[in-house]
Amino acid sequence: MYDVTYHRATSVDDAVARLSAASEGQLLAGGQTLLPTMKHRLAAPSDLIDLRGIADLVGVRVSGRSVTIGAMTTHAAVAGNAELAKVCPAIVKLAGGIGDPAVRHQGTIGGSIANNDPAADYPAGLMALGATIHTNRREIAADDFFTGLFSTALDEGEIVTAVSFDAPETCGYAKFPNPASRYAMTGVFVAKGGDGVVRVAVTGAGSDGVFRHEGLEQALSKDWSSAAVDGVSVSADGLMSDIHCDAAYRANLIKAMAKRALA
Amino acid sequence: MTEQGIGARVLRKEDKRFITGKGRYTDDIRNERQAYAAFVRSPHAHAKVTGIDSAEAEKMDGVIAVLNGKQLTGDGIGNLICGWAVNSKDGSPMNMGAWSALATDKVRYVGDAVVLVVAETQAAARAAAEAVVVDYEELPAVVHAVDALKDGAPQVHENAPGNLIFDWGIGEEAAVDKALSGAAHVTELEIVNNRLSPNPMEPRSAIATYDEAEDHYTLYTTSQNPHVARLVLSAFYQVAPEHKLRVIAPDVGGGFGSKIYIYPEEIACLWASMKTKRSVKWTSSRSEAFLTDAHGRDHVSTARIGFDENNRIVGLKVDTVANLGAYMSLFSSAVPTYLYATLLSGQYDIANIYCNVRTVYTNTAPVDAYRGAGRPEACFLVERIMETAARELGVDPSELRRANFIKAFPHQTPVIMTYDAGDFAANLDQALEAADYKGFPARREEAAKRGKLRGIGLASYIEACGIAPSAAVGSLGAGVGLWESAEVRVNPVGTIEVLTGSHSHGQGHETTFAQVVAERFGLPIENIQIVHGDTDKVQFGMGTYGSRSGPVGLSAIVKALDKVEAKVKKIAAHVLEVSEDDLVVENGEVKVAGTDRAMAWHEVGLAAYTAHNLPAGMEPGLKEGAFYDPENFTFPAGTYVCEVEVDPETGETKIIQFVASDDFGTIINPMIVEGQVHGGIAQGVGQAMLETVVYDEEGQLLSASYMDYTMPRADNVPSFVIHHHSTKSPSNPLGMKGCGEAGAIGTPPAVINAITDAIGNNDLQMPATPPRVWAALQAASTKIAAE
Ligand SMILES: Cc1cc2nc3c(=O)[nH]c(=O)nc-3n(C[C@H](O)[C@H](O)[C@H](O)COP(=O)(O)OP(=O)(O)OC[C@H]3O[C@@H](n4cnc5c(N)ncnc54)[C@H](O)[C@@H]3O)c2cc1C
Repeated sequence: MYDVTYHRATSVDDAVARLSAASEGQLLAGGQTLLPTMKHRLAAPSDLIDLRGIADLVGVRVSGRSVTIGAMTTHAAVAGNAELAKVCPAIVKLAGGIGDPAVRHQGTIGGSIANNDPAADYPAGLMALGATIHTNRREIAADDFFTGLFSTALDEGEIVTAVSFDAPETCGYAKFPNPASRYAMTGVFVAKGGDGVVRVAVTGAGSDGVFRHEGLEQALSKDWSSAAVDGVSVSADGLMSDIHCDAAYRANLIKAMAKRALA
Repeated sequence: MTEQGIGARVLRKEDKRFITGKGRYTDDIRNERQAYAAFVRSPHAHAKVTGIDSAEAEKMDGVIAVLNGKQLTGDGIGNLICGWAVNSKDGSPMNMGAWSALATDKVRYVGDAVVLVVAETQAAARAAAEAVVVDYEELPAVVHAVDALKDGAPQVHENAPGNLIFDWGIGEEAAVDKALSGAAHVTELEIVNNRLSPNPMEPRSAIATYDEAEDHYTLYTTSQNPHVARLVLSAFYQVAPEHKLRVIAPDVGGGFGSKIYIYPEEIACLWASMKTKRSVKWTSSRSEAFLTDAHGRDHVSTARIGFDENNRIVGLKVDTVANLGAYMSLFSSAVPTYLYATLLSGQYDIANIYCNVRTVYTNTAPVDAYRGAGRPEACFLVERIMETAARELGVDPSELRRANFIKAFPHQTPVIMTYDAGDFAANLDQALEAADYKGFPARREEAAKRGKLRGIGLASYIEACGIAPSAAVGSLGAGVGLWESAEVRVNPVGTIEVLTGSHSHGQGHETTFAQVVAERFGLPIENIQIVHGDTDKVQFGMGTYGSRSGPVGLSAIVKALDKVEAKVKKIAAHVLEVSEDDLVVENGEVKVAGTDRAMAWHEVGLAAYTAHNLPAGMEPGLKEGAFYDPENFTFPAGTYVCEVEVDPETGETKIIQFVASDDFGTIINPMIVEGQVHGGIAQGVGQAMLETVVYDEEGQLLSASYMDYTMPRADNVPSFVIHHHSTKSPSNPLGMKGCGEAGAIGTPPAVINAITDAIGNNDLQMPATPPRVWAALQAASTKIAAE
């Protein structure tokens, strides 16, 4: 790791100020991605601005079916939230399936979506839930937030403060873990809103990161069942091939995980 | 059996320090004015080094020295060598290319060390290493052994034309060809044995200290065999003569073979400590470990096995290409030859065997022994082809094996080995019974109702351990003898130190070796200390690998104990005024048999050291040493049964049960043996289903971290069922065979036989990951649809 100056921000404004004062500042959340990258000397920020001291950014609020999760809420806190489990069990299950206990107790939802790893779990969840991403400057729809591999709509110096969504009538998530990293080799989140609108988001599979699957959405809008998934043909075009598996296998996994998510 | 003696489940003495974090590993040691090393490594798989500019690095804060390969060779440091000479069939010697600890004019794999930086801190050393500018002229690279043999392939070493190191053969080719041409049935199989990364928990580390006043070096290092390290560092690398070099391997956190060899980093640190007059420390990062720890396996073979009309094997012919990587590591030539092809007879009576092995240079990390070393490759081949043959012949795989088992011992195979003892059918029966083999069809049917594909697979393995008779391996080209030494020191108060040339890096010698001494004299194991891993304390030793510490290391201890007992009896006979022949040593006493007349053990010790009343002419003291050179290898054997369920939708494979029946000969501590088997099976499952080293075509390592290299985890394996049916080895005093590698040897074929049985497609290579299993299932159903 290269030398770096550490700051503990006391508020979002303080973080913004410190970030803009630094030559190559970077926000630090749970550090589960950023710190390994720095240890490998692949990232060399001049300053780290730690968000962990900002109480406003932490916590899950459920009121009726409306849910808000602070950016600095850990995966473990989401996984262990009983109220959230009642209205949206799939997001709780998703959080509980991220990494291992150590990762879940450090890693945060804000860090995860700001990083937008193409194999991360949350992006699929937030996209399928039609979530809104709140920043210190604006609100961004999940559909517009995730813009490609490790890239988001966030501008320089913009900080994610929370995510919010209305819990759908029914939803589910299933992931096929990469055997080595246990990130999603393919993960599918299916959600059906009270208005009957179906959204299906796929992570881990697309060459451009998380995406919504139109074919599955259409089929499931007509018939919310695993038989409907069987009837969909999922193309391997635009899917990733890497040392772990090829695009054809990922295409197969999209269907298999969609069925598991429905079960 | 006494409470702490042979056969007792004694808790491990060493675990107190390990599980309380008090182990003392190389990296825990910090010398005065400790300096730190960092290596500049090649980012290219194959390139000429056209220039090195260290000026910027030398100016940086805390930098003590920036050293390169020209300086190293200029100081007379020798090249790394392979210690086992294997000749080609035509008698020509192997084509060994030069390997300098720091590359001089060419780099041959990603990670090849080029420059060494010594600095006041690790951070300063790493920063300066990044500031060194090395100019490379890139050359085309080759990573697969089969490609390296093709015309026009990039040439890795000038003196190995066509990248061929040697073209070796064993057995009678003409006789095998004749047998196969007359066979009623011939089964043919192509087999890839995937390349593995060893991944010991503790990465490699070295601390070299040069003492200018004494002109003496001390090296702390992560070694499985510190004496061999010293020998090689002295005799071949010319670092210092043996009496001027002390090598200490303190607590070592796993090796699996990868810590047998001397690596460039240790040599470079020793040399740098002389150059800088500082103690120089280097500890591998996990990334460096992936790049530079010697890999294992990497064979591509074709095999043909023939049967007569009674399903008896008439011949086996094998052609193997073995990838040795960019340089020949210390025992790399022996692994795919004498440790591999000599086991191709498996547990079977095969009159005719021929094996051709071509070893090849590629632009990849060096390949050498890894848990099992050659024997897993042999076992995988034999047990895969036996299972395949059984399917083709339409006979039960267990019955085809049974019909061909060797039943009488000793048995001379056509590939050097003389098996001395075993009861293969007993292990097979025990395993089948424990696995409820008969009940399998019903379980398969039940699984099918749940939409799952269930399969069962066997492997009847044999391996050669306890390497090895020195004269025998010498005649085959080994540069060393493979005996072991021991010294037993009885103190005046009767406590005992046992000095052994074996090295424990997880095996539990401090417990098992003490158990043998405890049993012999009826002493508590707390009174016995096992000393190992320091060339200044232990006179010599060949170290620990190839499951040799029990059969060879302990046998040396037993020989020394014999001598101690003889002297003890002489002293006691003199004091008690009886004949030696009337004395027995038990329960911590030297007793006149059948009476209550006795001397306590510590009284004998005291008598030996006070020397007030010793037999005439006897030297004082009580200390005996012994060297033990084995008469033969030992032959652990057994049968493993694996049962799996495959989800046809995704290819996910779950091991439902795994049964082992092993013949390890005498077992000293069943708990430790079970631990060895558990670990070995887990590693075998790793090879079969999870692990593989992947380079891209340019020679970049893609599986370079745990994000991409899949280690077995607890949820990848079931709870193992382990049984023993033992025959004693007639070749050593305790009847031991060795248990350290069996799991890693017998498991892969059992797993792949089970999965291929489940999916109805035999065309499946390791690791059988879900995508591969799924693809094999698609191929099988396409084939059925086409038919
Ligand atoms: C072993 C391991 C296994 C893992 N497995 C999984 C898995 O299965 N599934 C999965 O989805 N993830 C997995 N992860 C990732 C982990 O879950 C974290 O979510 C992820 O690393 C990022 O979150 P973090 O809080 O640690 O962010 P950090 O690492 O601290 O930051 C990541 C990036 O986001 C930026 N950032 C952080 N917070 C904000 C914010 N509020 N506003 C704007 N930018 C911000 C940082 O500047 C940095 O660039 C794994 C990680 C590890 C180490």
